[in-house]
Amino acid sequence: MTDVTALSIEGLGHAFGSRRVLSDVSFSVAAGDFTVLLGLNGAGKTTLFSLATRLYVQREGVIRIFGMDIRERASECLRRMGVVFQQPTLDLDLTVEQNLFYHGSLHGLAHRDAAQRSAAEIERVGLTDQRRDKVRQLSGGQRRRVEIARCLLHRPRLLLLDEPTVGLDIASRQFMLDHTRRLCREEGIAALWATHLIDEVGEGARVVVLHKGEVRAVGAAAQLLGQTRTPSMRAAFETLVQEREAA
Amino acid sequence: MRPIHYLRCFAGITTREWLRFLNQRGRFFSALVRPLVWLAIFATGFHFVLGVSIIPPYETYIPYEVYIAPGLIAMILLFNGMLISLSMVYDREMGSMRILMVSPLPRWFLLTAKLLAGCVLSVLQAYAFLAIALLWDIAPPWYGYITVLPALVLSGLMMGALGLLLSSAIRQLENFASVMNFVIFPMFFASSALYPLWHVKEASLLLYYVCEANPFTHAVELIRFALYAQLEPVSAVVLVASTAVFLTLAVYGYDPAKGLMQRRAAE
Repeated sequence: MTDVTALSIEGLGHAFGSRRVLSDVSFSVAAGDFTVLLGLNGAGKTTLFSLATRLYVQREGVIRIFGMDIRERASECLRRMGVVFQQPTLDLDLTVEQNLFYHGSLHGLAHRDAAQRSAAEIERVGLTDQRRDKVRQLSGGQRRRVEIARCLLHRPRLLLLDEPTVGLDIASRQFMLDHTRRLCREEGIAALWATHLIDEVGEGARVVVLHKGEVRAVGAAAQLLGQTRTPSMRAAFETLVQEREAA
Repeated sequence: MRPIHYLRCFAGITTREWLRFLNQRGRFFSALVRPLVWLAIFATGFHFVLGVSIIPPYETYIPYEVYIAPGLIAMILLFNGMLISLSMVYDREMGSMRILMVSPLPRWFLLTAKLLAGCVLSVLQAYAFLAIALLWDIAPPWYGYITVLPALVLSGLMMGALGLLLSSAIRQLENFASVMNFVIFPMFFASSALYPLWHVKEASLLLYYVCEANPFTHAVELIRFALYAQLEPVSAVVLVASTAVFLTLAVYGYDPAKGLMQRRAAE
């Protein structure tokens, strides 16, 4: 069963005890879309990612991956999904290749397929010379490149990237952004890119503004500028997050 | 997901455990040195203090070293079980647990695969100990080395499942010291590892019942009898039941809908 909507979130809510972190969140990401989930720290981005990857189970609302409800068909949803978490998730004592092979096995890939694909993905992120180095020896930027290579190993059609550029230098940040945008443009992969860095939005991106657990706006970057009558994304964001508070 | 995917996943998890094990050679030596210190110092010291009468499965009087050998083997399995727990808590703190948890394969399978991978390492260390123990004339009949294998596997699974369960409840790596105080030491000392239970019964009836209820006692006894190609059925049943209970609770603990993961995030 396929659907051109890679990720669809409808009426999603979540609370930890009495503390509500997400309220009635709804938006979708189409195949080939690069969508930025923009929000300050504490906006609820990581909770949303934890729900979409089934680390937590959602009790309010529905999350669909290519039309499938993640609660009912978790395995099929997770197979189509590649994830880069905000927190680093590599095993530092294994080599780059060993980390990728391990990930491949968790998705049921044969060793030969995993070897071929990991060589290709490692090359794409420019780490062929480091493939036999332990991850502990790599820089922060290189580790992030390994994580994006790893999340593509099982050929997902939807990428979820939670603040993937935190702590990276300008060159590494730009590489991550360009690489992900290229994947969307050339391979039709859908990407949801969570960030608090407004300059990562870029031209042509779709934006979901999340503030205090609520969606404040959804649309193309240019559309949000028009809607808020502001000259820059930063001004548009500030207007959107202040609007309701002022009201 | 077809059976071949499950098999590949199991192979991947086992390979990772092996690679980690090979990266930490000190872990192998410390796992062996610990029981050997007990054997070389404690057992020698108590050789003339503690008398062991003829009790099954032994057919004659035995030196104290021979008596405590099964307990020391079980000690290796217990520490390895707790290492599974430590490695799960470490993985959670370092983030690599998330990669395991977003695998499309079911969590019960992922946890069981982790448990089996750890168990294989435990059993190999137990055999390494048995080889070195020959220096102390701890030599069961040759077939005992074969018949003890199922007992080692079952005991290793029980301790590993307990480790998994604890890892679902331990919040931080620092809390692991409590495991030493409240799990490893009580389990080891309140068992038949160091002294026969009839000795304990004479000293304290309450402690005797505690020892009888302790699954570690049954691991020790299953191994003790299996080394002489004998089956201790009560111990086998207790171990199977304990493994099932611990593993079920661990799977529950790692279930996003019911377990501790969400509650932990809320804190």
